[in-house]
Amino acid sequence: MSFVGPLETTPSMAQVMPAELGVNPWAALAYLIAGVLFILALRGLSSPATSRRGNRFGMAGMLIAVVTTLITHEIAGLPEIIGAIAIGGIIGFVTARRIRMTAMPQLVAAFHSLVGLAAVLVGVAAYFNPEAFGILDGSGLDILAQSRIEMGLGVAIGAITFSGSVIAFAKLNGNMSGSPILLPGRHIINLGVLALIVVLVVLFHWDTPALFWAIVVLSFAIGFLLIIPIGGADMPVVVSMLNSYSGWAAAAMGFTLHNTAMIITGALVGSSGAILSYIMCKAMNRSFLSVIAGGFGADPGAGAGGGAAKVDRPWKRGSAEDAAFLMKEAETVIIIPGYGMAVAQAQHVLRAMADLLKKHGVNVKYAIHPVAGRMPGHMNVLLAEANVPYDEVFELDDINGEFAQADVAFIIGANDVVNPAAKTDKSSPIYGMPVFDVEKAKTIFFIKRSMGGQGYAGVDNDVFYMDQTMMLLADAKKMVEDINKALAD
Amino acid sequence: MDFISVLSIFVMACFVGYYVVWSVTPALHTPLMAVTNAISSVVIVGALIAAAAQGSPVARWLGLGAVVLASINIFGGFAVTERMLAMYKKKDRK
Repeated sequence: MSFVGPLETTPSMAQVMPAELGVNPWAALAYLIAGVLFILALRGLSSPATSRRGNRFGMAGMLIAVVTTLITHEIAGLPEIIGAIAIGGIIGFVTARRIRMTAMPQLVAAFHSLVGLAAVLVGVAAYFNPEAFGILDGSGLDILAQSRIEMGLGVAIGAITFSGSVIAFAKLNGNMSGSPILLPGRHIINLGVLALIVVLVVLFHWDTPALFWAIVVLSFAIGFLLIIPIGGADMPVVVSMLNSYSGWAAAAMGFTLHNTAMIITGALVGSSGAILSYIMCKAMNRSFLSVIAGGFGADPGAGAGGGAAKVDRPWKRGSAEDAAFLMKEAETVIIIPGYGMAVAQAQHVLRAMADLLKKHGVNVKYAIHPVAGRMPGHMNVLLAEANVPYDEVFELDDINGEFAQADVAFIIGANDVVNPAAKTDKSSPIYGMPVFDVEKAKTIFFIKRSMGGQGYAGVDNDVFYMDQTMMLLADAKKMVEDINKALAD
Repeated sequence: MDFISVLSIFVMACFVGYYVVWSVTPALHTPLMAVTNAISSVVIVGALIAAAAQGSPVARWLGLGAVVLASINIFGGFAVTERMLAMYKKKDRK
């Protein structure tokens, strides 16, 4: 049977752990099963109905991978390992239970950083103890050249994932300003460092410890440098991209260990993150490269069409009572939530508003833009948290045709995704981005904290000044609460 | 397992990943990220090997550290995915 793990191909391993040879084909099979279970875990997410079963498949796959590893290796100290799993498990579990749903983007970024760091630690450990990983060459003294390159690659991607995710976390969590930090000559520096890392990984073919450490240090550095120039609005792409990197890091480690579960998982996660980045970029009509190059939202010249002129344009201010009265009489209300809703934690009162409207016989729908919020699917999770049934929530393409028949478009915390300039103004930085056709609705309510602030793209929005628009200037949660009071009267 | 077999598995898995991920409904993209995060912690396999092996104490401690980090991710990732997925409900029949 050719489907045997790495151990049989390296004679030195047979001497180290002879007991393993007999179990090995089974171990390889078990890892393969774990990999298949991970595929099924993602497959389950094709619909909310099957998703929880999918998650269970994922857990089962992980259990199989861990148990297989433990029973096929001689363990020097089991208590320490159990202790390490318990410590990590408790921290992870408690965090997962306590985290607010609005903080999900930060949490995911933090988790990515851990995967990256774990991959680096594993790579360094493998460098210190190559025997245990079965990557020694025939002489039993040196690490196989090929394994060194795979290791170098894994450590590099892991380190970039770690430091990049730390910055993404700090930006999302507000520890660091969301605005881009632009270093002079950053493109040259970044490309130079990346090229240097690639060269060093190739040179690592010849074993020199200094090279290994240089790869580690440079990769940590480039992770920071790559993410600091990227602004808050582009975070959905960054989080997806780092998701992808954490996968590629796992895959590279899988190559070093010849482990099927790791390779399959790495490929899955890598493609998943890459596809999400692609979807996000497309939803903003931006190229991946322009996002990575960073600086979006920092350029004061962008959207200069507004400038001083916009202040003078007339707009109408509405009250909670106006909104309540008009929506009560409406046949259809489409709600468009954005990041502002998440910041104001307004999802629960919003659901309450929808319930009150439904009592008045109003048909309520939610419209979600792919880049609403700070990570893919962010709004869907928040609405789900507020018990909004998922069959009332629609994607951009599915609902955009309905605005023409809608009586009210209710915009809460969104801005750029309803900006008609994306369709008409070629000079606008968001030109070409698919947006909701809210201007076709009979009445528009636009909840915003003040007229001063603009969307992340820093562009003025014509919707503010339209005849059928009423601006509801207040904190989103406060405003919806007031509307609810007026509706209940 | 030679390099080409490993590479074949990798390339095939990339294709599987491509098709499976496109079939994920956009409403579940956040749980998708959380669960991919959890499963990418399968690097714990490497961490366990390092933590279990005799020989280099440095490698053992690094391995144990990686086991802690990966465990945070595994338990945290699956638990938070489960929590999110439990919230997705269909409309009540009235």
